[in-house]
Amino acid sequence: MRLSAVGISHHVAPVELRERVALPLDEAAALARSVGDAVCLSTCNRTEIYLAGDDEERAFEALERLAVEPLDSVVYRLHDDAAATHLFRVAAGLDSLVPGEGEILGQVRDAYEAARPGPLLDRVFRQALQVGKRVRTDTAIGESPASVSSAAAALAQQVFGDLEGRRVLCVGAGRIGELAAANLASRGATIAYVANRSPDAAHELAARFGAVALTLDELPGRLGEVDVVLASTSAPDAVVRACDVPQRRRSPLFFIDIAVPRDVDPAVHELEGCYLYDIDDLEAVVAETLAGRRVEAARAEQLVAEEVERFRAWQASLDVVPAIASLRARAEEIRVAELAKLGRLPEHERRTVESVTAQILNKLLHLPTVRMKQAAAAAEGAAYADAVRHLFGLEDDRKR
Amino acid sequence: MVEALFWPALLGYGEAAVAYATVRYARAGTWGVRLGWLAQTALLGVQAARSDGFPWSTWAASLNLFVWLVVGAYLIWGCSPRYRLLGLGVMPLAAALFLVARVGGGTEADVSAHYGNVFLVLHVGLVLAAFAGFTLAAALAAVYLWEERRLKRRAADILRLRLPSLVVLERLTKRTVLVSLPLLTLGLAAGFVRLADDGGGLDAAMAVAVLTWVVYAAFLALRPAGRRSAYVALLGFALVIVVRIALSGMHFA
Repeated sequence: MRLSAVGISHHVAPVELRERVALPLDEAAALARSVGDAVCLSTCNRTEIYLAGDDEERAFEALERLAVEPLDSVVYRLHDDAAATHLFRVAAGLDSLVPGEGEILGQVRDAYEAARPGPLLDRVFRQALQVGKRVRTDTAIGESPASVSSAAAALAQQVFGDLEGRRVLCVGAGRIGELAAANLASRGATIAYVANRSPDAAHELAARFGAVALTLDELPGRLGEVDVVLASTSAPDAVVRACDVPQRRRSPLFFIDIAVPRDVDPAVHELEGCYLYDIDDLEAVVAETLAGRRVEAARAEQLVAEEVERFRAWQASLDVVPAIASLRARAEEIRVAELAKLGRLPEHERRTVESVTAQILNKLLHLPTVRMKQAAAAAEGAAYADAVRHLFGLEDDRKR
Repeated sequence: MVEALFWPALLGYGEAAVAYATVRYARAGTWGVRLGWLAQTALLGVQAARSDGFPWSTWAASLNLFVWLVVGAYLIWGCSPRYRLLGLGVMPLAAALFLVARVGGGTEADVSAHYGNVFLVLHVGLVLAAFAGFTLAAALAAVYLWEERRLKRRAADILRLRLPSLVVLERLTKRTVLVSLPLLTLGLAAGFVRLADDGGGLDAAMAVAVLTWVVYAAFLALRPAGRRSAYVALLGFALVIVVRIALSGMHFA
């Protein structure tokens, strides 16, 4: 049976098109069922239908109906090894916008579980999930942060270790600052204060994190009570000055300044125990980690290639499986018939004869079975299967 | 017998020193440390079994014991990949000192025991254990200073080559000193008791050892933070080196 994949992704389709074909999980599963034995993987960066069989036109038409426009120029159609390779790369995060991102593996799992596909897709998706896990455990591709806000949080961890209980002062209540604060909070930090020029915005963001809202005038007095300062205002001048920072602290103070123009006086970085990273510094760190991800991606590609080889061998073995099954069934049939000719035997003798004949049969058929699977892996499986059927008179079995 | 134990130990330490240089083989390095340390433990066991007194009272034999204590202390943290760079500092040193101990005859089974009394056993054992702890504390302090410098320089690769965090390194340094200083206190006390019994005056090694005690006591009492903390730990270690290397021959004589 043929494995096919039809889809569009961020490599070939603009976001306006991708958002039209993006589906929630339940709708994606329904679409897959309407196509046949299929799995529909739909995320913000891709919508792909994997199917067992040759009926890829139905999948293509389903995508076109969602897109409400012709997709010939952007859709890709992949088959067999190419389709498996693509799925394995997707599950490993190698086809993602940010190489190695981990979210896609969960999305592949969800799509697979929602579709409950047949044997071919079941096998290839289970293997894809294994590839995704293996790439994450055997390479360092997913270890480094890929965004400014996650880099800022990772740097804070480089100073403090565990962020559990570390107190954060947010200066500014904008969307970017909120994202960075959420990243710190997700790693255990406590958003203690939100200081902002507009009290309403400060109260709103503070309420979201269970923090205390401050005015900018109150900010210097709170610097001694926190471990991390996250600045993201649109103020034209520095909001945090070096002279505001308490001297001779026992614990480090980490400043994340993602504002442009910068909110924190650069002289802060010269103070002992104070570390200031602005947007340029953070972007440099992200660029470096992404470069590291690309190095790891090369190792991940090798793992994917190994898994594709395994899939190819498995798929090829399907050519000879019916012949092997027929051969074993015929042999067993003969064995049972010959045993019946023995007539009445004491029970223990009968068991011994049955055991011995079964062992002879297994030993005799072991090597041909292995050789046929090897031949199948070398793309000669069909010829070997025909030869076995001919030599042992199994054609009739196939007809039956 | 000792040959069969010395070489596996040296091989393990050497393998760890090389393997820690790469991220990929860091795990193999940790196994080198573990197996090498087990072999050296067996070696020390054989030395102890074949001696009728304390078998590590020569400078070379005490160096052998010192290496075992340093590696043992490192093993407490050495299993974590994040401490790979600490291992890269500790293991080559351990392998080199172990080799020096062998050249000096400190890994032989028939090392004659100059002293057998319990006070001296306590003195040498405790002081060496304290020095091993201070060595590890110094290595942690050195890693702290390096990591702190990278943060100050805003090294772009800081998240690619990850070390333990500053706070963790500082805390571990303090804890290691906190454990080691009582050992040094007891070890020095045992030495002074024997000195009082047998007579004799202070030599240079004893004086520097007392100064070392003062530095580490000040470290714990004054609780310096950040870079100052690391500098004091390294200052104490510089005194340990003076005692261990420059003055040990004089003291053991």
